[in-house]
Amino acid sequence: MKIIVGQGSCGIAAGAGKIKAVLEQSVEGKYPIGITGCIGMCWLEPIVDVYDDNNNLHRYVKVSEDIAKAIAEAVLSSDFAKACEYEISDEDKLFLEKQTRIALRNCGIINPENIDEYVSVGGYSALKKVLSSMTQDDVINEIKASGLAGRGGAGFPTWFKWNAAKQSKGEEKYLICNADEGDPGAFMDRAVIESDPHSLIEGMLIGAYAIGAKEAVVYVRAEYPLAIIRLQNAIEQARNAGFVGENILGSGFTCDFRIKAGAGAFVCGEETALIESLEGSRGMPRLKPPFPAQEGYWHKPSNINNVETFANVAWIISNGGEAFSDMGTEDSKGTKVFALTGKVKRGGLVEIPMGKTLREVIFDIGGGIKEDKQFKAVQMGGPSGGCIPESLLDTVIDYKKLSATGAIMGSGGMVVMDESTCMVGMAKFFLDFTAKESCGKCVHCRIGTKRMQEILTRIVNGEGKDGDIELLEELCEAIKDGALCGLGQTAPNPVLTTIKYFRNEYEAHINNKKCPAKECTQLLTYEIDKDKCIGCTMCAKKCPVSAISGELKSAHSIDTAVCIKCGQCIANCKFGAISKN
Amino acid sequence: MCKCNCSDSNIDLNLLKPVLDKYSNVKGSLITILQNAQEIYGYLPTEVIYEVASATGNTPAKVMGVATFYTQFRFKPVGKYLIMLCQGTACHVNGSEMIAQTINEELGISDGETTDDGLFTLSCVACLGCCSLSPVMMINDETYGSLTPKKVREIIAELKSRS
Ligand SMILES: Cc1cc2nc3c(=O)[nH]c(=O)nc-3n(C[C@H](O)[C@H](O)[C@H](O)COP(=O)(O)O)c2cc1C
Ligand code: FES
Repeated sequence: MKIIVGQGSCGIAAGAGKIKAVLEQSVEGKYPIGITGCIGMCWLEPIVDVYDDNNNLHRYVKVSEDIAKAIAEAVLSSDFAKACEYEISDEDKLFLEKQTRIALRNCGIINPENIDEYVSVGGYSALKKVLSSMTQDDVINEIKASGLAGRGGAGFPTWFKWNAAKQSKGEEKYLICNADEGDPGAFMDRAVIESDPHSLIEGMLIGAYAIGAKEAVVYVRAEYPLAIIRLQNAIEQARNAGFVGENILGSGFTCDFRIKAGAGAFVCGEETALIESLEGSRGMPRLKPPFPAQEGYWHKPSNINNVETFANVAWIISNGGEAFSDMGTEDSKGTKVFALTGKVKRGGLVEIPMGKTLREVIFDIGGGIKEDKQFKAVQMGGPSGGCIPESLLDTVIDYKKLSATGAIMGSGGMVVMDESTCMVGMAKFFLDFTAKESCGKCVHCRIGTKRMQEILTRIVNGEGKDGDIELLEELCEAIKDGALCGLGQTAPNPVLTTIKYFRNEYEAHINNKKCPAKECTQLLTYEIDKDKCIGCTMCAKKCPVSAISGELKSAHSIDTAVCIKCGQCIANCKFGAISKN
Repeated sequence: MCKCNCSDSNIDLNLLKPVLDKYSNVKGSLITILQNAQEIYGYLPTEVIYEVASATGNTPAKVMGVATFYTQFRFKPVGKYLIMLCQGTACHVNGSEMIAQTINEELGISDGETTDDGLFTLSCVACLGCCSLSPVMMINDETYGSLTPKKVREIIAELKSRS
């Protein structure tokens, strides 16, 4: 009998810590309660897995304290029928069954705080293979055969970067992992570090060996405290087991590890800005070339890869590059992890072979839209990406095909939107973000994003002018061409894609002063339906600016000149009598 | 030392000494030092900026330049409870605006402000990595997900009653 509680950040936020305590108490110390990381079915958290004496898995979902007690009772009596109503439904099981997990192979299965569990599923055997029987070139060629491309966004071939760093002259080289995960709405890297930190460490060690680096640094986003703790713990365990440090496994290969916590700046996800930040400076990008492979950290040859990129490496070495490249499309090999969120029924982590369609991910795996509303768009690639409309849902997941839509593969954030999300508002949301996060080094990005933000703000406020769309388009082109780094070069994407696919929404805001999604508050008016209002006075009591008047038991009305459109009245009307238009 | 009388005489710079001893000679450690200093004081008082500058051989302007670049660093004391409200994409789509409004109604603070009783500070951040439970906020080290205005009011009331 084995009892395991999922303890990733989302599980803990959903109350998994308390559930573990309740279970511990309820089984009266007869069974230890183990932990695991993120299973990826975040909408079902907290999740408790019980392997019975025949090693059958009973997976309990949305576990409350009462359900935890029921599980404990089932365990103590070995009568699992008692708690079967709390087990995961067959439909929800499909979410995992339809996936192919490589980067996430151990997530939600092993205990991330215990190196023995990683070793027991074959962990560190790829490192042993590399150190005992492969040259640096052998490793690079295996990665080349796999077709692995960078999962941090740009999709650059990993072997090429490794080879360039290897060939750079100099004894002192660095291997860096980019765990800044700046795309708001993406959390695959957090999940890998929290749930399977050793797979990252092993991938990095193999990378360090391939390029000849003696020092490895992981730059982790400051907002991920649990990831930092688990990674720190994993590095210590790996050091004690002889996988990290001097003369690893007696091979003569030496590599030490360090964690550097970021301090909150989106631009530090850009590799040269990240290097500046590692050096203790303002995270402002450098002009390329020279590339980091030539002159990176402390101006020494350096190689930077994303967390998910590294998480694939040990699997590739163990299973061969071809097993990886057998999956996917002509252009994009292997699998990709997506963080599926927003208005989707089943939100969580999805890893699938390249070549599936967006529709398969959002509808087959994600279960479609919450409350069965109408799908409107899916945002991919965060502030550097774009919104893909329903007509392109059959687009195949592949670097080139996604770029052709105007969005990008990005790091894997997939935020689903329904009819209630305003696309102009979405563009403004991202420009607010990039304008704030622009480091200020180059004029195009610093001032260009600001101007775009101003235009978008006036459009959502109903003050848009004829010609604003064209002006936005012109600015977009200029910023794309003129910006120094990827942040500025891609900042126009959210605007360009929404103009391309949802131009009518822009026109409605500018010409008719209407927001079709009914989201832009400045363009809405609140009204009370005289037939539905029974005069309970609830809305008038809740209105913070006393804009609602009327006698008890007779229909009320709203003074639109006073109304601040806060929505309190709608939220508190029990009769559905108030609408916004 | 600063001459504009902005200094807060309650700052005990001795607390910083172990951090400076450990890091001031390790190149590239400025951000780490500032992070440790903020752990100690809750924010970065002016004296600390000057102390760090002189210990690391930087100008105060350089230290301030680095500190102001990163959103993590604060220059004013924060309340007992630091509310980090996510304004990431997933949270935005799922109504984080409404949560910000509720906090504003309950506590009268907007982004970066602290309540008069020194209990709560609101800081809007981008993505806490719990996007599938959006909207999300973190108070000190605890994360709260699937927020609704009602839930936020309850959480705030509970924290108020604790103090
Ligand atoms: C503004 C900006 C932000 C970025 N943020 C990230 C990030 O958060 N994580 C990441 O891995 N790569 C990010 N990148 C991409 C990196 O610059 C770099 O290409 C990547 O880390 C390389 O690793 P890969 O080849 O394994 O993808 C960002 C790029 C830009 C321009
Ligand atoms: S968008 Fe809010 S937690 Fe990620």
